[in-house]
Amino acid sequence: MNRIKSTLPALGVIVALLFAWWGAIVATQSLIFPTPWQVVTGAVELLADGTLWRHIGASLMRVGTGFALAVCVAVPLGLWMGWVRGAYDTLNPIFQMLRPISPIAWIPIAILWFGVGDASPIYLIFISSVFPMIVQTTVGVHTIDKRYLRAAENFGVSRATLFTQVVIPAVLPQVLVGMRIGLGVAWLVVVAAEMIALRSGLGYMIMDSRNAGNRYDLVIAGMIIIGVIGLSLDSTMRRLERIRWVRWRYAQ
Amino acid sequence: MHSKIEVRDLNKSYESDQGRLVVVDNVSFTVRDGETVAIIGPSGCGKTTLMNMIAGFVRPDAGAIVIDGVPRVKPDPRGILITQHGSVFPWLTVRENLMFGLNGHAPRNKAEIADHYAAIVGLKGFESSYPHELSGGMLKRAELARALVVKPEVLYMDEPFSALDALMSLRVRNELLRILAEERHTVMLITHDVEEAIHVADRILVLSPRPARIQAEFDVPFPHPRRLASAPAQELRVAILRELGVDQYGG
Repeated sequence: MNRIKSTLPALGVIVALLFAWWGAIVATQSLIFPTPWQVVTGAVELLADGTLWRHIGASLMRVGTGFALAVCVAVPLGLWMGWVRGAYDTLNPIFQMLRPISPIAWIPIAILWFGVGDASPIYLIFISSVFPMIVQTTVGVHTIDKRYLRAAENFGVSRATLFTQVVIPAVLPQVLVGMRIGLGVAWLVVVAAEMIALRSGLGYMIMDSRNAGNRYDLVIAGMIIIGVIGLSLDSTMRRLERIRWVRWRYAQ
Repeated sequence: MHSKIEVRDLNKSYESDQGRLVVVDNVSFTVRDGETVAIIGPSGCGKTTLMNMIAGFVRPDAGAIVIDGVPRVKPDPRGILITQHGSVFPWLTVRENLMFGLNGHAPRNKAEIADHYAAIVGLKGFESSYPHELSGGMLKRAELARALVVKPEVLYMDEPFSALDALMSLRVRNELLRILAEERHTVMLITHDVEEAIHVADRILVLSPRPARIQAEFDVPFPHPRRLASAPAQELRVAILRELGVDQYGG
């Protein structure tokens, strides 16, 4: 009941926006900008012939692959940089320099290296999500409370035990934060990357709808779907905060 | 009884903006095997630095810590440090925390030993709980149990009860005394609470304000269980407070 109550204002705003949108179209008698209802019928049309699912599937596959590769690289690298001073001093300046470069700026190079297939957007997603995750993991190691490391030292445990029972569990919540950021950026980037080339994906769908006959109803439907999927990806990541290994961090 | 811990001429200073800051100045004392020695001093006098040196976490500038005739250079499980804020791992259950230091044991046996010690400190039924599900007093017991599980020869306790309220502090202290009566440990307790020291210790060393030096030494000859309200205990308390520069009767 409380949950419903707390979502009411947000729903109210959405409904108000839809009315404002609809009212504006009616008032200006725009021929090209669609009404909310036209967007819905456009989306249903795409759903019916299956193209929408194909585009969603293609985008999610690219994000999934690029993001998974980034996790596999970022987490071990971040742990290593956090733990070994020399690794941090050597690599951190380079990463800090690469990090602010927009993934969009990588597009020409991605096409040069990987062509216009799936590999290009996957590479762009990788490059966009790997740095935030490296940084968060490194910060996670650096911010482990000294008293826990001291306790581990006091008990004279092996390096393996130290890593598996102290360092990794202590860092895991930060890794999760990094993954949330990384996945958010990845989703932003896949759509942008798909606008350039390729023949599938939500980004392609948007550009194609515009180019093939100014179907702005489909453009807006695509945008809304991107928003909804982005939201559900993020809430999936948030749900991970409840798993056993990281719950201690969020308790109280 | 031979001397378990021999602290010889310990010195420690730190560089600060105001120049060299001497924190510990020529401290020497010995602790006998099985003895409980409390070290009392005003806050900021260098007690914690002294303890960290004795437990092996901080290197002294000069002097040595000799344990069983062997100089100590780094921490090891024969002497476990317990601090005010505690270091029970929040991501492990009580049982996993207690099993942490038991490396040489078979996996099955480990859990048994851990549960045995959980029961000793009164945490039976909480073996699978996470630290955030425990109260402050229970957390302290868990930390004590985790230390006891590895059968340390020495317990180093740095203001272990000062984060607890008075009642809980008294309870955990009683618990500690009960355990110490059963299992022989040498204990070094750092505190700023005179009553706590009289309650627990066989001997009390009073430190001066920074830099820490040993200013006075008191024996606590009362048998356990101690009555802190008794006249001799109160006299001792007044004498220690006077050493710390606090006059009971306002002078």
